[in-house]
Amino acid sequence: MNSNESFFIIDCEGLTKTFETPNGEFEVVADFSLKARSNEFVVLFGPGQCGKTTLLNMMSGLETASTGSVVVNGKAVSGPGPERGVVFQSIALFPWLTVMGNVEYGLKMRGVGKQERRGRAQRYIELVGLQGFEDAFPVKLSGGMKQRVGIARAYCNEPAVLFMDEPFGALDAQTRYLMQEELQRIMSVEKRTTVFVTNNIEEALYLADRIVVLANCPTRIKAEYVIDLPRPRDYVDSRFLALRQEISGMLDRAL
Amino acid sequence: MKKDRRYLLLSLLAVSTVLAAWWLATDILKLVPSTTFPSPVKVLRTLVIKFWDPNPDGATLPQHVIASLQVSLTGYLMGVFIGVPLGICMAWFTRFDWFARPLFDMLRPIPGIAWIPLMIILFGIGVMSKAMVIFLSSFTACVVNSYSGIKQTKAVHLWVARTFGAGNLEMLFKIAIPTSLPLVLTGMRVALGSSWSALVAAELLASTQGLGFMIMQCRGLYRPDVIIAGMITIGSVGAFLTWLLSLLERRVVKGGRFS
Repeated sequence: MNSNESFFIIDCEGLTKTFETPNGEFEVVADFSLKARSNEFVVLFGPGQCGKTTLLNMMSGLETASTGSVVVNGKAVSGPGPERGVVFQSIALFPWLTVMGNVEYGLKMRGVGKQERRGRAQRYIELVGLQGFEDAFPVKLSGGMKQRVGIARAYCNEPAVLFMDEPFGALDAQTRYLMQEELQRIMSVEKRTTVFVTNNIEEALYLADRIVVLANCPTRIKAEYVIDLPRPRDYVDSRFLALRQEISGMLDRAL
Repeated sequence: MKKDRRYLLLSLLAVSTVLAAWWLATDILKLVPSTTFPSPVKVLRTLVIKFWDPNPDGATLPQHVIASLQVSLTGYLMGVFIGVPLGICMAWFTRFDWFARPLFDMLRPIPGIAWIPLMIILFGIGVMSKAMVIFLSSFTACVVNSYSGIKQTKAVHLWVARTFGAGNLEMLFKIAIPTSLPLVLTGMRVALGSSWSALVAAELLASTQGLGFMIMQCRGLYRPDVIIAGMITIGSVGAFLTWLLSLLERRVVKGGRFS
């Protein structure tokens, strides 16, 4: 698929979302189009409250678009499905399952046999650095460890694309840096086409192949930057800082 | 460790204070005649003798316990096996909720023991009438708690399941029911308590055997020692059943969800 230059693994065309409210129609997303190539890491960067989650949910199929279409891996999206993995901000591990149980969950749902399932889950548990915690319940894990499980769970199902909705938004600043570096490391081992939502410019610049800057209310594309800094990136590199300055300046601060 | 021992010491102190006061008031100071209120020594002796002696009420203590357990477990298990699935279905299937809710809302405010007279007329004073009373007493707690348990399911957990391709029934069995288990077990515990108290009430009125029957008979026979021995047995068996349920709870509820 990579060799085919005209193939876009994610192809959104003219997405809009309108909610009915007592005061009339409220437009959350206006005319959003996005094309992503295989293994591209696209960051949707915008202020809080700007409908980024709605946008991502439309791409993953959890919400339906008012108009427009989403095509992933050549198939039109009409509902959620296993070829589109999602990592949620609230992490949403199943508290009644162990780390292993959570990671192998998707494979189990698809009826993969126990031995193969365990083997694949083990590989991803090790990839996110949680070996030794296979039998721990989520309640025993720290926030950063929980989100590692969340990432392993999405990865383990081997989806064609991954959607990450502010996955580190609920973590403290220190853990957040650590997890950005971890995700960078995981991506260097096993790259996936990813759409990553954040409101943190450093995070966006550290991870992205391409940053799509969103404008607020209704959400629409304001600018796009292709980031070709060498990886792993340096938070205090002069080009990094210059881009940070420039993109931050684009942001809508008014709510 | 040290705190545990202090706790043990204090609780033993409380129990022994009550026992000592009881013993002092009866055997030593003779404040109340022993025929009206027996001493703890006398009660303990009666309790031991009752294990094989059918006097004065016609059956030994183990026979009474077995009769009571038979009735209460029949009614309780009916309550659990009908109440829990009903609560789960009402919470998950909206149409079924609309169908079942009015009936359930009519039954709910009627206390279990209010059914006793009707059940005696319908089923006599055998096992069935009391089992029905206990069923009606335990059923409500099972339905209500299972219902709230299912309603605690987080939307984002359902989203996760849907992104893995789960259908409605898979989400019920793999997400909603595991979420509900702690509350289902709570409901079962509440139901156990109310079924045990409904049992004693039912036996007081309609029975030929059982712990409630035994203490009621001994009121007529003027044997307060047997009454108190019976009350102690009722309490102990109830506590034992609750303990058994807590063992089940520990096996079923994983991941420390009681926070």
